[in-house]
Amino acid sequence: MKRREFLKKTGQAVALAAVTGGTGLVFHNRETATANAPIVKSVDFEIPPDKSLPPVVLANNTDPIVALNSALDAIGGIKRFIQPGERVTIKPNVGWDRTPEQAANTNPLLVGEMARLCLEAGAAKVIVTDVTCNEARRCFLRSGIRNAAEEAGADVILAQPDDFLMTNIGGELLTTWPVLKHFIHCDRLINMAIVKHHSLSSCTLAMKNLYGMIGGRRNQLHQQIDQSIVDLASFGRPTLTVIDATRVLLRGGPTGGSLDDVAIENSVICATDQVAADSRACEFLGLEGNQVSHIVLADKIGLGSLDYRSIGYKEIA
Amino acid sequence: MTARTARNLRRISQVVFFLIFLWLILKTTFEVSFNPSDPSEIMLPYPVSIALEFDPLTALATLLSTGTLYEGLLWSLVILIPTIFIGRFFCGWVCPLGSLNNWVSEIGSERKSRKGTRIVESNRYKKYQRIKYYVLLVFLGGAITGVLQVGLLDPLPLLARSLGTAVLPMLHTAALGILGLCKDTGFPPIMNSAQFAYDLIAPVMLPFRQAHFHGIITIGLFFLIILVLNRIFTRFWCRAICPLGAMLGIFSRYAIFGLKKDESSCDQCNLCLVSCQGADNPNIGSKWRQPECHLCLNCQASCPKGSLKFTFFPNQKATKANPVGTPKVDITRRKTVASVVGGLALFPLFRSGDAFKVNANPYMIRPPGATPEEDFIARCIRCGQCMRVCPNNALHPTLLEAGLEGMWTPILIAKIGYCEPSCTLCGQVCPTGAIAELTMQQKVGDKEVPPNRIGTAFVDRGRCLPWAMATPCIVCEEWCPTSPKSIYFKNEIITDSRGKEVAVKRPYVDAALCTGCGACEFACPVSDRPAIYITSVGESRSTENQILLKKKPSPPQQQT
Repeated sequence: MKRREFLKKTGQAVALAAVTGGTGLVFHNRETATANAPIVKSVDFEIPPDKSLPPVVLANNTDPIVALNSALDAIGGIKRFIQPGERVTIKPNVGWDRTPEQAANTNPLLVGEMARLCLEAGAAKVIVTDVTCNEARRCFLRSGIRNAAEEAGADVILAQPDDFLMTNIGGELLTTWPVLKHFIHCDRLINMAIVKHHSLSSCTLAMKNLYGMIGGRRNQLHQQIDQSIVDLASFGRPTLTVIDATRVLLRGGPTGGSLDDVAIENSVICATDQVAADSRACEFLGLEGNQVSHIVLADKIGLGSLDYRSIGYKEIA
Repeated sequence: MTARTARNLRRISQVVFFLIFLWLILKTTFEVSFNPSDPSEIMLPYPVSIALEFDPLTALATLLSTGTLYEGLLWSLVILIPTIFIGRFFCGWVCPLGSLNNWVSEIGSERKSRKGTRIVESNRYKKYQRIKYYVLLVFLGGAITGVLQVGLLDPLPLLARSLGTAVLPMLHTAALGILGLCKDTGFPPIMNSAQFAYDLIAPVMLPFRQAHFHGIITIGLFFLIILVLNRIFTRFWCRAICPLGAMLGIFSRYAIFGLKKDESSCDQCNLCLVSCQGADNPNIGSKWRQPECHLCLNCQASCPKGSLKFTFFPNQKATKANPVGTPKVDITRRKTVASVVGGLALFPLFRSGDAFKVNANPYMIRPPGATPEEDFIARCIRCGQCMRVCPNNALHPTLLEAGLEGMWTPILIAKIGYCEPSCTLCGQVCPTGAIAELTMQQKVGDKEVPPNRIGTAFVDRGRCLPWAMATPCIVCEEWCPTSPKSIYFKNEIITDSRGKEVAVKRPYVDAALCTGCGACEFACPVSDRPAIYITSVGESRSTENQILLKKKPSPPQQQT
């Protein structure tokens, strides 16, 4: 063997050994997995309080659109909540594959009207979205909300798995949780809930509706439902809370199904105090605010006022 | 028309029919953009399973197994009757699996560059091409007894199943994976162009939701083997295995269109054999075999002397150098009888075992509207259309859950997806009526009509949070879609491990109300093996697989 050949062959082997060994050293890690740091973001969409205006208004009218407009006007009008150029996310309850008559989802007429009002007030973009329980395409279609929102000019968004951002909720119970990005990347949030019976929390109203902001293992939240509702309500803090009590699901909630369980109440609540709104709305189900433990808890931590009558509640017939 | 123009027409036809087939499979989904005129009852906008209804083998086999020709299967005559006159044009011009085999055989093939004796020899008629006739006869023998296995190898359901449950979901995973990799680079031009490309293909190619199918490993491997075999023998599948090709070969027995060979001008260059797809001996010196010919017209187009010509009534005299072609199928009477008997024997083979009824798998939960198992198995061609269209990814091809007899037939796996109460899409796409097309009233039920039931839910008290872990939950009851709810609960105060009293609601199932939709199983927080689960007992389609002596005729009025 020639010296040159010896050096070449040995050199090649040494070089490969060095690369192999080096690769091992460079990638060596004693940790089994590295956790992604959550995106810390507080989402507070509230507007400053105005003492001259009532924090909760209920309007009654057989036409849901009229009821919404009169409640909204009494609480300051849409211009109080939406400034020109803002990106607005509307969060109706689109949890279930049900038709509007079955009263498991927010009345589509109200969602469409709200989207229209926001655009009229100069909103740059209005998104209507929810993290549904049943299949999203069916929920949005059969609830009538997709059609109503699109006709009003809003963008309807069906959540996809990578649309969620790991977020620091900062709650007692809920800490890091995936939140749908449209509830973070927006300027204003309008929560549009419907009044329904619920076996565990006794009712599902505005605060419970905020479950639809998050993804992940939501089915675990029932284990401490009151605390998780309050955690989410403290985190979400919508600009405006609208509660649809045009049709009220008295039994078999939150899914419903039978029209026998639906009461026609023709009412719409607009509120800047979500606890007060819930406290008023639960009366449609024959409850008092102080009987509903998550409302009591929310009042206790100062999120809002259970005793809605003492803070200037207004009712419009 | 010149011979080359005719061949090019055939090539265009293959591409067109393949694209139509692919498009129909892609459209077998509930698209996000889809906006029906009546959103309360969702119907697909067009008959996406129409391609499968043109399949003469599906038509014949289900006719034998059920005694009727279901709905659109009459369309299959559009393929079958012209075949009687002109031969297997379907294989060469229309069949999407045939075209795929054709392309995989030819594109970049080493065999093509090695023209010469090896390719010539491999394209001569071989005895093993008889296999397909025996395959067909076994399947038809089975179909007579109600054992319908034809869907395993029938090319149209096979391709629909392979694309719908294996290839397209794989592409979806790949697309998401590439998108993820590009996004991880953190380099905006790469991230943006990847997102742009994804947004471009997603509405056309990818369903709203990434599907994960149960039997994908066997379906995918089987399809891969079919494609790879093309690289060893040109169109091996079409020549040797395909039962539909065999059926069309038999039906071309009296064809009046065929190949006319002019031996006087032939100089034995064998270029016809080099390009022959069906291995039907187009060359002078051998008998041309009508039942093997795909009518690809390659021989006619590649003949430099113009000695070969497809024509009507190609009668010619046999000479020593050129024996006259045969329209006969090359099978022996003995083996024909043996194959049919073998097919008939499938019935005792499958049904003497226990998988069919006596020990049917409790998790064999059939789609809503599925006919009784005996009829279902006589109809289902395992095309996978129901699985592809299911918006919840609830329906899956079985491995052995329905026995070997039921391999790749649909079952519902509620842990992956439950049956959406208002949805009737699977029945809308079923080409053979194995899943009946239900109306909304038949699916959900009302005061007059009972709902369609696919099973019953059971609580596993050893895993259920309120039963076993002193923890409130009741998500199952929240999700239960029947009205009144089939899951009810009892309030209990129990003591946890620290001696603290906890109020829980413990779930119970009212089997008289439960439809077995599996929403509870899907929603249960005990995610790996849900603490509430469905089994098939109580399914509407069976009279024997029942628990209760009598179901309540209509939902009782719930008390306030």
